[in-house]
Order: sequence, then structure tokens, then C-alpha cells
Amino acid sequence: MKSKLVKKEIIHSDNIFSPSIDKVGVEERVARFQSRSIKNESKLQGLKIALNMIDLTTLEGKDTPGKVKQMCYKALHLHDVHPNLPSVAAVCVYPSMVRIAKNEVRGTTVKVASVSTAFPSGQAPLDVKIRDTQFALDEGADEIDMVISRGKFLSGEYNFVFDEIAKIKETCGKARLKVILETGELTTLDNVRKASDIAIYAGADFIKTSTGKIQPAATMQVTYTMLMAIKDYYDKTGIMIGMKPAGGISTSKLALHNLVMVKEILGNAWLTNEWFRFGASSLANDILMQIMKMETGVYQSSDYFSID
Amino acid sequence: MATKKKNTEQGIDWNYSPSLESTSHLKLKKKYDLFIDGEWVKPSSGKYFKTVNPANEEVIAEIAYGNQEDVDKAVKAARKAYTDVWSIMPPAERAKYIFRIARLMQERARELAVAETLDAGKTIRESRDIDVPLACNYFFYYAGWADKLEYAFPNRKVESLGVAGQIIPWNFPLLMAAWKIAPALATGNTVVLKPAETTPLTALILAEIIEESGLPAGVVNIVTGHGDTGAAIVNHPDIDKIAFTGSTNVGKIIQKALAGTSKKLTLELGGKSANIIFDDAPIDQAVEGIVNGIFFNQGHVCCAGSRLYVQESVAELVIQKLKSRMDSLYLGNPLDKNTDIGAINSKEQLETIHKYIKIGKQEGAEMYQPKCSIPTKGFYCAPTLFINVAQSSVIAQEEIFGPVLTIQTFRTVDEVIQKANNSPFGLAAGVWTDKGSRIFNLSSKLRAGVIWANTYNKFDPTSPFGGYKESGFGREGGLHGLNSYVKLS
Repeated sequence: MKSKLVKKEIIHSDNIFSPSIDKVGVEERVARFQSRSIKNESKLQGLKIALNMIDLTTLEGKDTPGKVKQMCYKALHLHDVHPNLPSVAAVCVYPSMVRIAKNEVRGTTVKVASVSTAFPSGQAPLDVKIRDTQFALDEGADEIDMVISRGKFLSGEYNFVFDEIAKIKETCGKARLKVILETGELTTLDNVRKASDIAIYAGADFIKTSTGKIQPAATMQVTYTMLMAIKDYYDKTGIMIGMKPAGGISTSKLALHNLVMVKEILGNAWLTNEWFRFGASSLANDILMQIMKMETGVYQSSDYFSID
Repeated sequence: MATKKKNTEQGIDWNYSPSLESTSHLKLKKKYDLFIDGEWVKPSSGKYFKTVNPANEEVIAEIAYGNQEDVDKAVKAARKAYTDVWSIMPPAERAKYIFRIARLMQERARELAVAETLDAGKTIRESRDIDVPLACNYFFYYAGWADKLEYAFPNRKVESLGVAGQIIPWNFPLLMAAWKIAPALATGNTVVLKPAETTPLTALILAEIIEESGLPAGVVNIVTGHGDTGAAIVNHPDIDKIAFTGSTNVGKIIQKALAGTSKKLTLELGGKSANIIFDDAPIDQAVEGIVNGIFFNQGHVCCAGSRLYVQESVAELVIQKLKSRMDSLYLGNPLDKNTDIGAINSKEQLETIHKYIKIGKQEGAEMYQPKCSIPTKGFYCAPTLFINVAQSSVIAQEEIFGPVLTIQTFRTVDEVIQKANNSPFGLAAGVWTDKGSRIFNLSSKLRAGVIWANTYNKFDPTSPFGGYKESGFGREGGLHGLNSYVKLS
């Protein structure tokens, strides 16, 4: 893996080539991924990989330290009845909860991701966004999930969006930056592709579909389009970018379809939580239920899986 | 099955477990006789031939070898059914039978899909999701026309022709049977159909379905056999119409044989169709379209987009993306639900494809094949593309009928129209561009029966299909497809 820091050339957003996207063609392609049949060992292995890619998330106005602590415990103890389960990749919280979360997961592989830049709307001036980000970092965040200024993007101010991402990346330093496009507000796949390219060239380590506050969120079509942007960038530069679909992925089946897509577009190298994440809260339990079904032969009621 | 991937030193090696479609619900007979006059009859010669699974070279069943005498019997049955029953039946009643056949096909869809995959080597994904549902849809569609023919041809008197002799190819065995039988029945004709010798199974299951549907005896007769069986149909004096889908060479022989007779003829023959990518095209979707255009059904598609024309400014990008996409295709057992590329239909066809690949190399074109492992048993060919091909290269001129693509570049619109039309064939073409006006411009200038815009290999019962020049004449499908089976006055 090459470091992102080698990239020093000056890029202007007007110079980024974003191919046009044909929605009908994308739908057809996605349907092919969905028709893949994942059975037996590959299903079990896939489910465990997916479990390990989850960013367990709580992003509500009513979040409390207690709620966050419980979620962190769950992140480390998904289902202790089963001895061989991985933990999730990270917990994702508001900046105000970062310190609490960090204290809970310190010394483990679970990272703390913080949303920032006036999440979810992003409607704040740049200096506020920088301070928001800096605060989260100071509190101990390992990863920053920023939102782009969708209003500016839709009014064609691409350079503004580009510069803002670059500034936040600068603030992040070593912390990995996930850039949320909020694709539900971008409305077309052409826009999704353009925003993906802007984010990647401006310094994103990860591109992420949604805040989870807007529908539709991480549809397969949108994730496919973003994965293709990552692939094109990798083919051009040899630099890997991560992908995080977030919002709406709540079933094992959908998670496996996403993995199929990642595998067939980007290859097995992306099949770790270093390069692929699911932003989700209810997905973990559905996967746990499927794993237990595969190993015991029977479905257990949801009462047997904790809901932290 | 595994294909090459970058960066496998990191990440997790996650591969798909085998996911074979079950064959337990398919009850095949060991031996199939001829379906004539509503009954299963032994061939008069007593001879049978074997049909083989091209994926593993195992014999699936023995099939009756029909000869001239059998064809004569079938034509007599068809004639009798025509005059006594079918031509005088109220059209709405005819429709009921055709609807019933369509529904019974749907009920046995899984069986038909598995049989098609076993016999033809095509992937279960394609036979399950494309061939079988589409075949049902052709019956449904034409059933609907049966009692509305006066609206199809306003102010004309519509009459049926009589007995139709139909000879179908091995690339879409069931679908081609549907394309031929459904419009013939809807217009009041009776049928003698010969499936291809390498793929007779689904036509025989269709015969069982027809039997079950209660269709009057003799309305549809299925006579299996080889080329001489087909010739007996073509040359039979009491047949009113020949419909043939197959190679251009055989098409020419048939047309010569019919010269001077009153038999009506439709031919759906070969192709070397151009797939044209402009620089403003949605590149990734175009790459999918290229893959779907040439590797669908292992390239055994008469309208396959086998000549690719890419605008120079994006050629490098398109070729790089195409290669990378080819690397991710799974080749192997057609019964596996995750297989993208199945088996070549027969040993003969595989040899033909290999011959052309050799010619391509000799002509100096640069070849690319993904590193996929080829099963040791069965007939398989890796997806192949040739770069640096000239218009005058043999591989760019002749129909290969396999997973082999030739790539040429172009600079201007006029140039690509000229090059695309510069072929003895004219079956189909694909145009990929974001510009609507350019699509209309090209579709009016390309001499091909079907032109797809920003897609490829899409079929629908409502849409006519057929060729220009050596790709044949007459149209199948849609309203136009009725025309081939009626006399108008």
C-alpha cells in the first residue's frame, strides 16, 4: 500500500475526469451482483468478514454517555455465546461522545470514529467545521466522518467543496478521513460519481454514502458507482481508497451482496475493515442471527441477541 | 474458476463455494422418439443418435433420427390437422391453447432451464433468467394476437398459409422453438419443427408440454435428426412455408432449393455486428455492454457484438477496463449459479473457434485472454479479444460464433458508419453515446435489422428481429413477425 501523502500535485476540480453514468446500465450490473449465490462456507466466511467491517453507530440528539458505553461494550462483545466471533471495526459517535467511547474501547482493535463538520447538514462556516473536527480529534477520535457541502455542490461550486475537504484532511493529520457525500441529496448517479472523484482527489481516505438521516441512503447502485470511482483512481495512481456504505444496510443478504460487489470490482485486497466498512446499527444482530442459524441449524428469536 | 486479482497479498481470500443448481427435479427419458400426430413414434429407420452434455462430454439421452419417411408422416399429420381442425377453429379458441402452453412452460420452467443448460452448455443463470422466461413470453404475446389479426392488418383479409416447416439452431434451442411455433400457431398454421442435433432436449420437453396442453394432434410435430432431416423438410412438396434460423451457408442452400416453388421463406442467418463506443459514452456501462454483447451465451449469438469500434480518444481506457472486467468473469460448470461463461456447444464449434483464434494470431493481432483455468473435461474457450485488428482481417470479417471479440478504433462518425456497414452481414449494431441526436443519426444510417442504444442483446416479444444482406430476410417477433405466417389480400 502506498501512502496517501505521496500525492502532492496540484489538482483543480475542473480537471478531474468523471465519466457519465447510465442509470439503467448500473441497475443491470447491480442485479448481476445480486444474483450471485453465496452458500455454505463462503456464506459463513462472508458473514464474519462483514461483521468485522461494521462501524457500530449511534447518532442521535438523545444520545447519552450511558447509551454510548453500552454500545461500546456490544462492539467488543457481539455475542459471547459464540466463542469465535470478530469484533466490529469501530464505533461511530458525535464529537461530544468521543471521549466516553474512547475510554471504553482503549487498548482494543475497535476504533472510535466521530462525525464532524456540522454533521449531518454541513451548514456551517469552514472555521466552525475545522474546530468541530479538531475537537473530535482532541477528544481522541481515530477517524473523522465529515459531510460535504451539498448545497455548494449542487450549485456547481465544485472548487469550494474540493477545498473544504482538503482543509479538513489537513486538520485530520494522521487520522483517517471519511467523506460523506449524502448521495440521497445528490439525486443522480452522475453527481455521485463527480462528488466521489472530488472527494478522492481532495484527500479522502474513505468515501461514504450517507449520514443515515436522508433516504435513500446506501443503495447498491450508489455504492457501485462509488466503487468504480475508487477503482479508476487506483488503476491510475496505485493508491487505495476505502469505501463505506452507510444507512439502509440492515440484512445479511444485502451485506453479502455488497461484499460480492467489492470483491468483483476491487478485489480481495479491499475485503478488510481497513478498506471497507458498513455504517450500520441493526446489521450486526441480523448477521449474528444468520451465523447462529448456520452453526446450530435453527433460527433463534431476536430476544437471544442483545440490542445495545 | 478463480481469476487473477491484484493485491491478493493483503486482504482476505474470499471465494464463492460451489452452488450447483439441482438436477433432481428433471426426469429425463433415456430415449426420445419423434412427436408426430400427437404421439411418440419410433423413427422408421430405427436409428437414434446421442445428445451430449458439452460441459462434461457425458451422454444425456438417445434421440430419434428422423428421415424422409418420418418427415412425410409429420407433414401429412400437420396437413390433416390444418384442414380438419386448426384452420377452422375460432381464433379465440386457438388463443386458449397457446396461452395454456405458455402457462405449462412456466410451471416447468426450472426443468426447462436445467435441461437447456445440460444440453447446450449455457449457464444456468442465462437459461433460468433469460431463455426460459423469454420463451414463455413469446407464447403469451402471440396468443394475444390470435383473435386480433384483423386489427394487426387493418382493411386486409388475413389467411393462414398451411403447414410451416421450421428448422432451428442450437444456440437458443427453446427460445428459437418459441419464436417459430408461437406466431405460426397464432395465425392458424400447423407446424413441423426440427431442433438442432446437438440440442434437441428442450424441444422434446416442449412436445410433452404440448401433449399435456391438449393441443389437437398434428398441430405441432417435432422431428429430430441431422441435416438430412432438415433437408427433407425443406424439400417436402406439401409444405407452404419454411422458416430457418442458422448459418448463412445453409440459408443459401435452402433458398436455392426453394427457388421456383411457391413456398414462403424467412431466413435468420449469421452476423458480424458492430458495437460502437463514442468518447462521451457512459464508459463503465459500455464496458458491461461489450461484455454482454460478445460473451453472452459464449458468443453463440447471431447478433453478438463481435466487432467493437472504439473512438480513439477513449480506446486505451476502454480496453484497459474491458481486460480488467474479463479478469473477473467466472468460467466453468454451467450448472453453477455463479458461472458467467459456460461451455461451448460442441466439439466441432470449439474447433472452429480455435481455428479463428489461430488465424487472428497469424494475422498479427494482439490477443488477450484472462488467466482462468479451463476444466479438463468438456468444451470450453476463454473469453478472448484481439487488438490491432484491421477491417481486412479475416477475424473481423467472418462470423466466429464464439467468445472472440475484435477491436478497432475510429476517429469520426462518418468513418465508423462506413466501417460498420462494410460487412456482408447486417443483423445488429450497438451505439454507446450520451448524445441522443447521435443515436438517431446512426440508427438511420447503419444497415442492420436491430440497433441497440446504450445497451446490447436485449430481446422482447413485441420487438421485430431480423437482418439485412447475408443476415437474412423476414422478421420474427412483434407485429412484423405475424406477417411471415399470413397471406394478405
